[in-house]
Amino acid sequence: MTELVATTTGLFPLPDWAKSELADLKGHQKDDLVSGDEPPAVVDQYDRARSEVVARQQEAGLDRIVEGQLRWDDILAHPLAVAENVETRGIVRYYDNNNFYREPVVTGDLSPTGDLAADLEAADVPAEELQAVIPGPYTLADLATDDHYGEEFLDAITEFLVGEVEQFPEHATLLVLEPSLVEEPPGDGADERASEAIDRVVGASAAESVVYPFYGALSEKMHAHLLDADVDAVGYDFVTDHEDNLYNINEYGTTDSVALGFLEGQNTNVESPDLLRQRVEWVEENTPAATFERAYVLPNTETFYLPTERFEAKLDALGALTRPEEVEA
Amino acid sequence: MTRNPAANREQFRPENHPNDHFILTTVVGSYPKPKWLNRARDLHHGELEVKAADRASDEPRGSFDIDVDFDEGNWQEAKDDASRLITNEHERAGLDAVVDGEMRRNEMVEYFAERIAGYEFHGPVKVWGHNYFDKPSVVSEVEYDEPWLVDEFEFTNDVAQRPVKVPITGPYTLANWSFNEHYDDEAELAFALAELVNLEVEKLVEAGARYIQIDEPALATTPDDHAIVGECLEYITDGIPEDVRIGLHVCYGDYSRIYPEILDFPIDEFDVELCNGDYDQLDVFTEHEFTADLALGVVDAHTAEVEPVEDIVENVQRGFEVVPPEQLTVSPDCGLKLLPRDIAYGKMENMVTATRQLEAALDRGEVDLSGVAARADD
Repeated sequence: MTELVATTTGLFPLPDWAKSELADLKGHQKDDLVSGDEPPAVVDQYDRARSEVVARQQEAGLDRIVEGQLRWDDILAHPLAVAENVETRGIVRYYDNNNFYREPVVTGDLSPTGDLAADLEAADVPAEELQAVIPGPYTLADLATDDHYGEEFLDAITEFLVGEVEQFPEHATLLVLEPSLVEEPPGDGADERASEAIDRVVGASAAESVVYPFYGALSEKMHAHLLDADVDAVGYDFVTDHEDNLYNINEYGTTDSVALGFLEGQNTNVESPDLLRQRVEWVEENTPAATFERAYVLPNTETFYLPTERFEAKLDALGALTRPEEVEA
Repeated sequence: MTRNPAANREQFRPENHPNDHFILTTVVGSYPKPKWLNRARDLHHGELEVKAADRASDEPRGSFDIDVDFDEGNWQEAKDDASRLITNEHERAGLDAVVDGEMRRNEMVEYFAERIAGYEFHGPVKVWGHNYFDKPSVVSEVEYDEPWLVDEFEFTNDVAQRPVKVPITGPYTLANWSFNEHYDDEAELAFALAELVNLEVEKLVEAGARYIQIDEPALATTPDDHAIVGECLEYITDGIPEDVRIGLHVCYGDYSRIYPEILDFPIDEFDVELCNGDYDQLDVFTEHEFTADLALGVVDAHTAEVEPVEDIVENVQRGFEVVPPEQLTVSPDCGLKLLPRDIAYGKMENMVTATRQLEAALDRGEVDLSGVAARADD
C-alpha cells in the first residue's frame, strides 16, 4: 500500500491583504521588487504573511509544510535575483504563461546568499514536517542569462545551489522544481549533465529528495537520465500530460517513491479528496509493474497562479486526502 | 484569407489632409487615466481608507467622516468627462482614427467578463511583481447578457470629430486569460466566446462603427494556437461588410511562429509591436508577400521618453520594407496606459508629425521605396 504524502509545490499566492499592503509599500515597477535587503516594514509584512500561510497549511492538515516563497517576486529565478554579481534586467515571460520575471544576468562569480535558508528558518516549522523548495540547476540556468561563465555556467549554478542547500535548517523533504527540463529540453549530452547537476544538488541535503519536472512530460531519454541521479522520488505532472508520463513510468520504471502532480495549479476548479484518491488509484492500476513506497501528492504547477480563496480550498482538499477521518468528523 | 483593406481605408483620410500620400495614424487603445478619474472611482466604490501617513501629516486634507455624496450618476458623469477629454486629446495630437483611451474599462479581460453570463470572480492573481488582475473563472456556459461597448462607442462617436476605432478583446484572449472550469478545452470556450464577440461587433457596426480592432495578446504566449484564433476570426467577421475595417493586434511574442499563418485570417490589418525590439523581427514579415495592411508600432509603449520626430520617421520607414505606403498604418507598439500622460501625449504627437513629414517627402518622391519594389518583383 502506497503511503500518501499531501504536500505542495510552494510559490504560494500572497494572502490578499498582503498583495495590496506590499504593493503600497514596495511599488509596482521593476526596481521595486525583492532585492534581498528589504526595509524592516516590508520584512514585517512578509513575516506576518509567512506565519499565516504556514498556519493555513497546518490547519488544512498537510503532511509537509513549506515556507511559501512569498518573497519570490521573480518566481523560480529568485535565488539569483538576490545574489551578488547578478543584474536584474528587463521583464521577460515566464514560460508560456501570462507572467513575467526580471531577467537575471550573471556578470561575475556567484556565491550563495543564505536568503533561502533564512526564510526556511523564519517559517519555524518542525524539521519532520519542513519541506524546502528550490529551482533545479537546469531550470535556474535556463531562466538566467550568463555573461560570465561560458561553458561552466551550469556547473556554477549547481555549486551556487549546493551552497544554498547546505545552509538550510534540518528538513524532511527537498523538492527540486525542474520545469525547464520539459519546456526547454536539453539536447544530447546536456541531458546527462542536467542529471548530474541535480544529483549534486540533492546530495547537499540529508532529506528525502523529490525532483519534479512539470508543464508536461520529460522526453524518454531525459527521463532515463534523471533516474540515474540519486533521487528518492521523481515527480510526474499528470494534469498536463498523463499519457506520456504513464508511458515513461511503464517503459523505463521509476524511483521507489514518486510525486504525482494531480491538483490543477492553474485552474480554480477545486478537486474533491475523493477525486484525488481516484487519480492515485488510476495511476496504481495503470502502472502494473511498479509499486510505490510513497507518493507525494501535489499541485501540478506552482500555486501563485490561483486566487487565494481557491488556493486555500485546494489545500483543504489535499489535507483531507491523507486525513479522511477528520473530514468526516 | 485577408479581407479587402483597400475598400475601407480611404474613409479615414481627413478632409483637410495635407498630403497626397496617406499613412493612417492611430493608437492601439488604452491611455493613461487622469488621476482624478481614479480618485472618482475610489469615491464611487467608497474606498476612503486613510493611511497613517495622511493622519500624521499637517497638510490640510478633506475629512472622510462625512457623507461624500458621490453616487452612480456622478461616477457616470466622471467617465463621460474623461472619455470626452481623452478623445479630444487624441484629436489634438492629430490622429486620423481615435479612441477614448478606454476610460470606462478597468482591464481588458475583467471588463468583458463582468458583462458575460457564465463568468465568476474569485480574487486577484499575480501577473508580475505586485501587478495583479482579477482573473475570472468560466463556471457555466457563456452567454450574451448586456451590451459591452455600444454605449462607449456611441458616446465617443458623438463627441469625436474624427473616425473612432473600437478595440475589443478577442475571444482567444478572453478564454486563455480565464480559468476554464466548464468547457472541455480552451478551443471550445474560445469558439463560444467568438459567437458573442460576433454579436457585439454586429451591434457596433449597426451603431455606425467602421474600425474594429480585435486584441489577441494571448496569441503571443501560445502561438501554436493560431488556428484557433483564425477560426474565431471567421466567426467574428461573419457577415461584417467590407467597408468595416477589421484589425488584429498582437504584441510581445515570437512572430515567426504565427507568420505567414495570419495571412489566412479574415482581417484587413495586422497590428504588431516591433519598436520595442528595435525591429529585430521585421524580417519575419518580408518572406511572404504581406497581403493585409500592416499597422506598425513606431513608438515604444514601455519607455518613459518621447522619441524624437527624426527617430520615428526612421521607424515608420521600416514599414516600407514590408508594405507600400498605401498599406501602412502606424500606431504605438501597444496601449499607452502605463505611461505618464504627458509622455503618452508626446509620443502620439511626434508620431503624427513624423508621419506627415514622411508623407510629404513621399509626395516629393524623396523616399526610397526600393525595398517594397524589390518585393513586388518577386
